[in-house]
Amino acid sequence: MTDHGPIAIWGAILVIGVATYLIRLSFIHLFGRIDDVPPALERALRFVPPAVLAGLVAPALITVGPTLEATLLDDRLLAGLVAGAVAWRTEDMFATIGVGMVTLWVLRFVVPW
Amino acid sequence: MHADFRAGARDVLPVLLGVVPFAMVVGIAAIDAGLTPLQAIGMSALVYAGSSQLAAIELLGESAPIAVVVFTAIIINLRMVMYSASIAPHFADYRRRTRAFLAYFLTDQAYALSLTAYEADAVESERWYFLGVAAPISAVWMVCTALGVVLGAGIPDSWGLSFAIPLVFLAILVPVMKDRPRTVAALVSGAIAVLLVNAPFNLGLPTGAVAGIAAGLFTEVIRNR
Repeated sequence: MTDHGPIAIWGAILVIGVATYLIRLSFIHLFGRIDDVPPALERALRFVPPAVLAGLVAPALITVGPTLEATLLDDRLLAGLVAGAVAWRTEDMFATIGVGMVTLWVLRFVVPW
Repeated sequence: MHADFRAGARDVLPVLLGVVPFAMVVGIAAIDAGLTPLQAIGMSALVYAGSSQLAAIELLGESAPIAVVVFTAIIINLRMVMYSASIAPHFADYRRRTRAFLAYFLTDQAYALSLTAYEADAVESERWYFLGVAAPISAVWMVCTALGVVLGAGIPDSWGLSFAIPLVFLAILVPVMKDRPRTVAALVSGAIAVLLVNAPFNLGLPTGAVAGIAAGLFTEVIRNR
């Protein structure tokens, strides 16, 4: 649960919202003056989605434990691997979430560890 | 109703199926993190960019410093600079106010569908097609965020519903790991984020992301030599 008060949270929402809108508007607005993203920037931007998404996913699935076994035999990691395989095969968000959640529940509530 | 609006609305239907769970997870996660229903729905309206919203919600839930929350969300949304540049020529003839209005609706899905249609020369009015695609996405986004807010308040914590957040990211991540440089970017960023999970100010994610981008660029340079 967040310790932030309503002013901090609304402030964050507002700043992110305005910045995101300006990002969307950037070249749509500037077209005619600047037509293209500089090539070096464009090359870097292509790596933003994989880098950021992996930075979000990995810590949610992997917790470095005291032993290798404790690290690998983690219900979130195993459910994540199954969901990752589904994402690879189907590229379908519904299926990925569904299979991942059910795997987590089976590992957590059904399988005796 | 303009024919191109109808064509866009028809083309977007299958994509909406992916928007539904994403928006619901955003609503559920926001309530779990301690945001109020109004904040959750306000965020979906004002930010309207799911990955950045989920990241911000997660960081807010961990009481990360607001500067880190904002910085991380903005990094995630920087990719839309490319969409803006790529779609700009198609909006160039419109008045400034129209362009400012259309810009709000620029999402991954609206961009991908519209550009495909524009390049196939299947569209007479670029803006009506764009709005035909984008308006349903935005409507479903808002309604399903609200639905998630209602659900999130009712489902017990033991179900581990917050696990749906990394699953959403995983569903987007796996298809973008298309080549070696992008895979390297993901692996480096993920490894650093795991190792720095207890870093002060939740700086593990932005540090990992910047290092991952650098690693991806580096891999590409080596490969092209």
